[in-house]
Amino acid sequence: MEVSVTVNGERRSADVEPRTLLVHFLRETLGLTGTNVGCDTSSCGACTIHVNGESAKSCTMFAVQADGAEITTIEGLASEDGELHPMQQAFMDCHGLQCGYCTPGMVMAATSLVAENPGGLDEAGVREGLEGNLCRCTGYHNIVKAVLSVGGAA
Amino acid sequence: MTAVEDPITTTAIGTPMKRREDPKLLAGEGKYVDDIHVVGQLWMGMVRSPLAHARITSIDTSAAEAAEGVHSVLTGPQLQEMGLWLAPLPCAWPVTEDMVNPPHYPTAIDEVHHVGEIVAVVLADSRYGAADAAEQVIVDYEPLDAVASIAAARDGSATAHSEHETNKAFHWPLVPDPDALEAAFANPAHHVKANFVQQRLIPAAMEPRGVLAVPSPMGGDVTLYSATQVPHILKVMIAATTGIPESKIRVVAPAVGGGFGAKLNINPDEILAVTLANRLGRAVRWTESRSEAAFSTHQGRGQLQTIELAADADGKLQGVRVHIDADMGAYMMLITPGVPLLGSFLYTGVYDVPAFGFTCDGYFTNLTPTDAYRGAGRPEASYAIERAMDILAAQVGIGPDEIRRRNYLAGGEYFENLEVPSTLVFDSGHYGPNLDRALELADYDGLRAEQARRRAAGESKQLGIGMVTYVEICGLAPSRALGGLSYGAGGWEHATVRLLPTGKAEVVSGSTPHGQGHETTWSQIVADKLGIPPEDVTVLHSDTAISPLGLDTYGSRSLAVGGVAIAAACDKVVEKAKQIAAHQMEASADDLEFAGGMFSVSGSPDQAMPIQAIAFGAFTAHNLPDGMEPNLQEQVTFDPTNFVFPFGTHVCAVEIDEDTGAVELLSYVAVDDCGNQINPMIVEGQVHGGIVQGVAQALFEEACYDEDGNLTNPSMMDYLVPSAADVPSMVTDYTVTPSTSNPLGVKGAGEAGTISSAAAVMNAVVDALSPYGVVDMDMPATPQRVWRTINEAKGGQA
Repeated sequence: MEVSVTVNGERRSADVEPRTLLVHFLRETLGLTGTNVGCDTSSCGACTIHVNGESAKSCTMFAVQADGAEITTIEGLASEDGELHPMQQAFMDCHGLQCGYCTPGMVMAATSLVAENPGGLDEAGVREGLEGNLCRCTGYHNIVKAVLSVGGAA
Repeated sequence: MTAVEDPITTTAIGTPMKRREDPKLLAGEGKYVDDIHVVGQLWMGMVRSPLAHARITSIDTSAAEAAEGVHSVLTGPQLQEMGLWLAPLPCAWPVTEDMVNPPHYPTAIDEVHHVGEIVAVVLADSRYGAADAAEQVIVDYEPLDAVASIAAARDGSATAHSEHETNKAFHWPLVPDPDALEAAFANPAHHVKANFVQQRLIPAAMEPRGVLAVPSPMGGDVTLYSATQVPHILKVMIAATTGIPESKIRVVAPAVGGGFGAKLNINPDEILAVTLANRLGRAVRWTESRSEAAFSTHQGRGQLQTIELAADADGKLQGVRVHIDADMGAYMMLITPGVPLLGSFLYTGVYDVPAFGFTCDGYFTNLTPTDAYRGAGRPEASYAIERAMDILAAQVGIGPDEIRRRNYLAGGEYFENLEVPSTLVFDSGHYGPNLDRALELADYDGLRAEQARRRAAGESKQLGIGMVTYVEICGLAPSRALGGLSYGAGGWEHATVRLLPTGKAEVVSGSTPHGQGHETTWSQIVADKLGIPPEDVTVLHSDTAISPLGLDTYGSRSLAVGGVAIAAACDKVVEKAKQIAAHQMEASADDLEFAGGMFSVSGSPDQAMPIQAIAFGAFTAHNLPDGMEPNLQEQVTFDPTNFVFPFGTHVCAVEIDEDTGAVELLSYVAVDDCGNQINPMIVEGQVHGGIVQGVAQALFEEACYDEDGNLTNPSMMDYLVPSAADVPSMVTDYTVTPSTSNPLGVKGAGEAGTISSAAAVMNAVVDALSPYGVVDMDMPATPQRVWRTINEAKGGQA
């Protein structure tokens, strides 16, 4: 089936098997390997992207379900001149990543969480908001610190 | 006071430098194995046994072979007949001469020994096609009785391997002085005997394991990309297992998404990918699914421990006696039998114990093999002694802090190069101030006051306070010590440091990072040693074509062995550069000083040359001392003479709701001592992550098996890896007691958190439940288990 999406501002189309997961479409058809796969039960969040402005686990959608959608992946977050997005920069400044595997999904989930909470987040809000994204390296301490530095309540 | 030769007074070392690894990982540019694709590649799919123990009676591959896009389907017997390998998968640690080690081939041949063992392999031209075809292979089995626990293995009414008469794999004793041990336990004032269960854990690095083998049929060589911690060891072992000449094998560990020990093995998939790619002349790839990983990657822990303490009336330890039964799983993998031994030396912890004895029996079961998982034997040891010390404190009637103070080595004062009863020599320690600092940060007195208030008020939410002072053995390892333990390799590490013509440095390290930030840390060492900016240092690693010598990353060894090698190689570079500088400045090398990257003549500060100019001079070779080779490159292979022994005190508080059994970790304070630190930010990150992995064992995680050997929670839906919502922020601080084992004075930090936190949390849980008369409970302390424990205890009182 033909699937057309706008990914990181660019129109992309391809013919795929109907059962193709969105994450495999992004990674293997479109070559956007920044989005990772960490589980097979929608538990870990490594594959989190933005679909029409909201965070979604791309292993839980078929590519055909995203037909016509606006998608942002981790590759589309930094500005075109190479400056990191404030959330990416916060992860770097706070040492919010180690192996980096959960990081793209974690950053995408975090940017979405902050956007959904314009009034600002407290620590409990960040921890609950990121419950669907697992990290095995950091113990979450510095991830939470990073997200609060961007989207914490004043 | 210490043997540190080179006091750390410079600028990059010791600073929390941001990681150079981060921008590309943050931008999604990290290339993990599953991100690397080769035209013409075949996707491998595994047909795995659904039974823990069974005889294979037939395999029908016809439907799979007929499926579209399927290249071939190969059964275990067919693969064996193809002669792809010379030997079974290796076990590098035969702990005793008579250790039982059943052959472990990449695929089962006639009998399967655990759920998930590979019985056939499918090769197809797509990911989904390989998965579909694997489903279409029909295997008939004749079920055999499964050995699904250590208890069943001990019982022995069924054996995990049909050809065995018993499940016992080995008996390993470490009893330095049996008479002294017997005397200590003859009539002690206090005798503690406790049994602990170290449940099996699934390591669950966020990146599943995967492989891509790329052959070069005409050249005869093969490149294996693998999500591994150990590319160098893997290369040697592929050669030994398959007969492919080592010189024809290149192993690359690209970006690797965490390891925690689970990626330090030699796995069936790695051997299958390499040999099939070579035989077929096509690239072969495979990535485990998360649910598959519970079977295709080894698990951790799996021990039943009995620990006995003998103490005098004041609680002063007289002896420690330990026996453990360790679950090997179905096969001996790379260091499966050695894991309990890594812990054996630490069952006396940080304490002055006159007599010590340890025995371990290894048992086969029909479960996924066990092997190293963060801490590997040492969290188990730390758990046993630190839980037992709390039980002893209760018996003696003193607090957990006081029982520790009374027993610390050297009375809690500073010591160095101290021999302990397990025959090791601890490099350095200073436990008293470390405990003081942890108690202060945790507001220990305040916590105790709040606990007393809640108890007096009869509140339903009980407060528990737990503490641990741990010591770990790491910096693996002095090669001779490993030889003495029958390990099949050394423990050295290699480094090459070179200055390029433009004055930039390249460092080649045999350490293989998978999240630890080696590139940043190594650049800090090199920058200070050579007097150049850290950004002028490039770190090369993890590819045997670029870094041919190395022993990789595990056992918190990278800095204490690999980092020390780098520092020593830098010293040699400076020494050679000094000879060139002296020659070019027409001065005596003895009159030259080197500071801040500049060679200058003593007393003539205007006569100076930067090391970058020397590098260019070494490149042009126009004016070098007679006979000097025209390069500025040196290498060092460092073999430590002793291990390193980081330590620390962790104090935590839990709240237990007696109505629901829910345990909430309220606060966690860690005061670690890993000697000198190169990058404190990275150290802190390691501590955080380690702590949460131990907390996970205490409160959340367990690989659960039914009596037939089925894993009932293989997916992340069922196996509870904690999320951000399950743990609190932590408070960390440090004392600094430099190691005497290496000139940098560094220890290790990668496993420390995990070695301490499970015991700290369980000490807190038991402390919270102590008013009900609870003296111990098993991990994980799930709400159900806690609720039952409370209710049974209450019933017992009624």
